[in-house]
Amino acid sequence: MKHRTFFWFILPSLSAMILFIALPVGSVFIQSLHVEHEQVLRVVENCGPFGCAEETIVDREATAELRENQPLGRFAGVSNYLDRNHLAVAELRSMWERSDSFADFARRAMTLPFWRALAFTLTFTFVVTPLVIVLGLAIALGVNSLPRLFRGPTIFVSLLPMIVTPLIGSLILFWMVDSRGVLGSSLQILMGDPDLSLKASPVLTWIMLMVYGVWSSAPFAFIVFYAGLQTVPEEPMEAAMIDGASRWQRVRYVVIPHLMPLAVFITLMQLMDNFRVFEPIVGFQAQANATSLSYNIYNYLRGDAAQFGAAATTSMLTIFGIVVLLTPVLIRTWRDFNRKRT
Amino acid sequence: MAAAQRRSPLLVGISTALVLLWVVVAAFPFLWTLWGSFKVQADFFSLADWRNAWTGTFTTEQTGAAFTGQGYEGAWIQEEFWRAALNTMIVVVSVVVISLTLGTLGGYALARSGFRYTFWLLMIALVFRAMPHITLVSGYLLPFFEWNVWGHLPTAIIVLVAINQPFTLWMLHSFFLNIPKDLDESAMVDGCTRFQAFRHVIVPVMWPGVITTGLFSFLLAYNDFAVTAMLLSQQNQTMIPKIASFLGSTQQEGNVMFAVAAVVSATAPLFVLILFFQRQIVSGLTSGAVKG
Repeated sequence: MKHRTFFWFILPSLSAMILFIALPVGSVFIQSLHVEHEQVLRVVENCGPFGCAEETIVDREATAELRENQPLGRFAGVSNYLDRNHLAVAELRSMWERSDSFADFARRAMTLPFWRALAFTLTFTFVVTPLVIVLGLAIALGVNSLPRLFRGPTIFVSLLPMIVTPLIGSLILFWMVDSRGVLGSSLQILMGDPDLSLKASPVLTWIMLMVYGVWSSAPFAFIVFYAGLQTVPEEPMEAAMIDGASRWQRVRYVVIPHLMPLAVFITLMQLMDNFRVFEPIVGFQAQANATSLSYNIYNYLRGDAAQFGAAATTSMLTIFGIVVLLTPVLIRTWRDFNRKRT
Repeated sequence: MAAAQRRSPLLVGISTALVLLWVVVAAFPFLWTLWGSFKVQADFFSLADWRNAWTGTFTTEQTGAAFTGQGYEGAWIQEEFWRAALNTMIVVVSVVVISLTLGTLGGYALARSGFRYTFWLLMIALVFRAMPHITLVSGYLLPFFEWNVWGHLPTAIIVLVAINQPFTLWMLHSFFLNIPKDLDESAMVDGCTRFQAFRHVIVPVMWPGVITTGLFSFLLAYNDFAVTAMLLSQQNQTMIPKIASFLGSTQQEGNVMFAVAAVVSATAPLFVLILFFQRQIVSGLTSGAVKG
């Protein structure tokens, strides 16, 4: 295809992406270098019957005017990145000096909003992703050995948790594990602890969110693996059977190698999707015990006094995280692409 | 396969049990919420005994029947959920139509061009696809406030179309790769321009791929929370942010049931979608995988 034709075909799609994805990233970067204006202070002299006193008051009109004229705020350089709400370099250093063990340091660092969110986001990503793959593969193998009649309905039911809106899915589970809901009260009876509440303890909240993550993503892995199982070549299977391989050995040495490329694909998609975990925290109302990077951004933007500077800084750090996460994949794809060309 | 007959009963038992367990885990929450949405709050959140939700003790006490439509009435009429449903319909239909139009043109071009920049465009699209939507939203808000376009449906639609593009491009790109090159090239030999070849030769055969991609565009627009919650004003809210705003006022008795009813109402279209398009959804999920 000629360059010119290519250009005209891709133009509408490309301009949409440049205008609403590339430019906003630029705007986020500029915002991250600014902070909101401080209130304009004015010193006035109050003269009463007992003499004069100087008083500092907030000049509301001037503040409003300043904010109106320069909505970006004032230029702050990289200070947003280093402040307490983000990388918190100074705080971390003093914590490191004051804490006597690493566990102590980690506990103190968990009070810093950015590191707290990062800890949860990474834990969520790297716990949920492998579990999704294992569970998906197990279900796919199970469904594959079912009679054909039952496979369709099983796939239908399995698609539900994946396709349902994340906020809705998490709400549905949240209402069930509520201490007055069906699962919550059953757990209380099972554990013999009438005060057990999944919302109260940070550990249980994290587990609950990860269970939701696995529940909603396992179907994706299941469907992809199931489709892969339909294309397992017959010949190596038969050869393995003739050689006396047990069922487990056939799965281990024939089926799993065949599914490997699919596992890579699922891992890539899951890493991207789990890294932006956000809706479950809103749905489970878990912000007291678990926040993610995306949730922090949402929180800064919400309400009357949106902190654009803080939100933008967290966004830049999140984008940086995504790029780090994707780099190995991009390098691999680049090599594949070059191999195909030559 | 011959292996099926020789499998040990223990293994069959375990794998069947696993699948059965999964089916229950996947389906039970939905059935439970559907059932509970016709009860009053005291039954759905049974303070005394969870069996109340089954028998509907308080529902019978308060309304005289074992089932009640109070939640639905409150959500759809009193809280004007129909307005949100209407907005969702407008947003979703526009997003699907616009992003498929842009996506087919772009995806076709990417599939037919072998230059190095095609690869870079696809890679950039992959990075864009990975970007959390809320990070982009934080870039939109300030400019949109300044230009006075914040809060309107067209703004949200155009933003969702753009966010959708990377995915649409990837999917349609791999779909167009499967359509043989000879088809449009022979048309061009016969004297068609590239666009005429696309219009008369490719368009008639592209519908299966377009429908599958459209389903996923639909899901993205329908399921979105980050963009619609932050970019739409109160009266233009779509269903998902509306449900989130129900939660803010849970203190009032009965309000939770409005949210439950709204949640069930918003799940129903998705249920129907799977019912009719299960095959396309499955093939869409796997088509990306086959290409790697």
